[in-house]
Amino acid sequence: MQRQVALIKQSLFDQGYLDEQFMELEELQDDANPNFVEEVSALYFKDSARLINNIDQALERGSFDFNRLDSYMHQFKGSSTSIGASKVKAECTKFREYCRAGNAEGCLRTFQQLKKEHSTLRKKLEHYFQLARQAGPKETARRPK
Amino acid sequence: MINPGHGRGPDSGTNSDPFPAGLRVLVVDDDPTCLMILERMLMTCLYRVTKCNRAELALSLLRKNKHGFDIVISDVHMPDMDGFKLLEHVGLEMDLPVIMMSADDSKSVVLKGVTHGAVDYLIKPVRIEALKNIWQHVVRKKRNEWNVSEHSGGSIEDTGGDRDMQQPREDADNNSSSVNEGNWRSSSSRKRKEGEVDDQGDDKEDTSSLKKPRVVWSVELHQQFVAAVNQLGVDKAVPKKILEMMNVPGLTRENVASHLQKYRIYLRRLGGVSQHQGNMNHSFMTGQDPSFGPLSSLNGFDLQALAVVGQLPAQSLAQLQAAGLGRSSLIKPGMSGSPLVDQRSIFNFENPKIRFGDGHGQTINNGNKQMSLLHGVPTGMEPKQFAGSSHMRVQQQMAGMRPGQNVQSSGMMLPLADHLPRGGTSMLSSLGQQQPMFSTSVSRRSDLTGAVRNGIPETNNRVVPATHSVFNNFPADLPHNNFPLASAPGISIPVSASYQEEVNSSDAKGGSSAATAGFGNPSYDIFNDFPQQQQHNSKLNDWDMRNIGLVYSHQDTAAASAGFSTSEAYSSSSMQRKRRETDATVVTAHGQNQQPLSRSLNHLNHVFMDGGSVRVKSERVAETVTCPPATTLFHEQYHQEDLMSALLKQEGIPSADNEFDFDGYSIDNIPV
Repeated sequence: MQRQVALIKQSLFDQGYLDEQFMELEELQDDANPNFVEEVSALYFKDSARLINNIDQALERGSFDFNRLDSYMHQFKGSSTSIGASKVKAECTKFREYCRAGNAEGCLRTFQQLKKEHSTLRKKLEHYFQLARQAGPKETARRPK
Repeated sequence: MINPGHGRGPDSGTNSDPFPAGLRVLVVDDDPTCLMILERMLMTCLYRVTKCNRAELALSLLRKNKHGFDIVISDVHMPDMDGFKLLEHVGLEMDLPVIMMSADDSKSVVLKGVTHGAVDYLIKPVRIEALKNIWQHVVRKKRNEWNVSEHSGGSIEDTGGDRDMQQPREDADNNSSSVNEGNWRSSSSRKRKEGEVDDQGDDKEDTSSLKKPRVVWSVELHQQFVAAVNQLGVDKAVPKKILEMMNVPGLTRENVASHLQKYRIYLRRLGGVSQHQGNMNHSFMTGQDPSFGPLSSLNGFDLQALAVVGQLPAQSLAQLQAAGLGRSSLIKPGMSGSPLVDQRSIFNFENPKIRFGDGHGQTINNGNKQMSLLHGVPTGMEPKQFAGSSHMRVQQQMAGMRPGQNVQSSGMMLPLADHLPRGGTSMLSSLGQQQPMFSTSVSRRSDLTGAVRNGIPETNNRVVPATHSVFNNFPADLPHNNFPLASAPGISIPVSASYQEEVNSSDAKGGSSAATAGFGNPSYDIFNDFPQQQQHNSKLNDWDMRNIGLVYSHQDTAAASAGFSTSEAYSSSSMQRKRRETDATVVTAHGQNQQPLSRSLNHLNHVFMDGGSVRVKSERVAETVTCPPATTLFHEQYHQEDLMSALLKQEGIPSADNEFDFDGYSIDNIPV
């Protein structure tokens, strides 16, 4: 079980869903805060869902206020970066570039992609955490360095 | 896994001393994820963390608990209030070190952080290593404050402190994305600015172990100096003879030598560089003040000083210069001096705020700013000469902003003696005011600080041109032509030429020569004379500053000169952009310098945050004048006894306060 958990985690890194920042977060976890990473992830997904909503609405309006979109995305990028969600972060960067270029089409496309990545990551992490919890606290302490 | 808490936190510092554990940190970020992560990291470092997701809330927390926090970490982009605004407020009201952070790592934003006085800038994702060393900023700030208060003279920088700070800084460099380069120096000097500086007399205090006793080049002293130099002939004057002629007890040959060096640089700037003059003219052209009349009589230096002191003089100077130079001075106060700008930038570094901040202070500040710039330049000292005392007075009034600072600023002006005489000569005070601009960075003496802050960069620019113009144009008008310097223009020119050569050699950047010439002045102009310019200038300044830092680090001997040139170069470039009237020569110079600058800029991108929590509020482009409060912040932070020293320091030249021991030059035979 534990090995399975470790493997899953490793694959997340290997596939580029997560980066070193996630490892940093794991380092912060300890006995006093055994579920820190999971808590942060939960918080991240909750907050980012809100941001995604805002962006969705802004895009639906069709007005394409690039400044505002860019600003939303900046926030999104900030949290994604902090949690180590590298694929999501990459999409954020692309989105911002399109914003700066004023490319509405590009923005829309990228945003769809971004949402996909986001939801994929969320599922994977949820799965991972679930297993980790089942496997026992020891598992979470181990890092696939 | 071991509990990270054990391994981290206090171990960064001493093992036995619990510090920095328990450091009270306030973290502000609208992103809850980041906030949570940061809180966790900080707690792991054994700090006492308070989270806050709204800037307004953070401010009220801080206000309620004035001494409840040691340091603040804030995000840049927040919905309810701009992070930089928060930074300014905190700096002004609570004077706490503030670290900015953002996922945005673009140079402009980082620079903005620097200019607004953030002590550091972290790029997200923030790593715990970066947070481990934030305590250094608290220590640094405290040290600066102590230094300021300890030194009666205040002019001396806390070299000891600097040294200490260097170490933590190095660590920080490794860990964080922002680097505090040489800021600490300025911070200490800045800190000094608070009234600590004792302009009077000799500031022989050297709190830091390394400081050599500083001589305060009071107006009278400078006058004596200039008289001696003129008698001997600027080209032939050697420190030994000058010393003999002055016959001032306690004054050493080295004091005179370094002062002479500065003076020569100043002269060069005044007279030689046509390019610069053009620039200068620009800035001063505004010629707002009639007070310049008397100024013009003063030799170039005075003008500058005067210009620095208050906008008025600058303007007159500019006018004078313009007239003399025959340029179409676009003179935008502050615009012209690209070299000045550079210089300022150096100083501005710390006080970006100052530049912009003083809306009204601009006039004054401009003068002041220039003053600070002038520090390096020996010029500035002539205030005495001016009949200009009237100017000074005016300026002083203007400088009213920073009472008492003027005097000090004057000190700044004097290259060596940071303490400007108590303002005996109005000029000096005005200079002092101007210096505040620089003073922030440079003001070692308390005086400067005040003055500089206001005037900051802007004044600097202006001053310079003023001097030139004044110098050239209205010899007749000015009642004082005490100084035979009037001939200076002639002298300066050749001087500048030689200087340039020197500079060129030292300065890898080609443009340096051009820059050097104008060096003293242009930078002033550029920076900060006017808000408009400010914006521009600030931008430039920022860059300049960065470059300057770079420049300095690269060169040692000629560093001083190079530094100046660089700054000049930058100023020029910035000026050019801003100024409508860019002088062709200036442009060239700048162009040349631009390159190296960009290099340095990139290099500097990371960094520097003043140790002294410089809170430069200069909002560069966007805001013309930012906030006077900003300037104050700077003042605190930037105490540079004199610009020269500041500059030199940046370069890494171990110049004593009053001694410019350029490696490249032999004191006694400075080519003029």
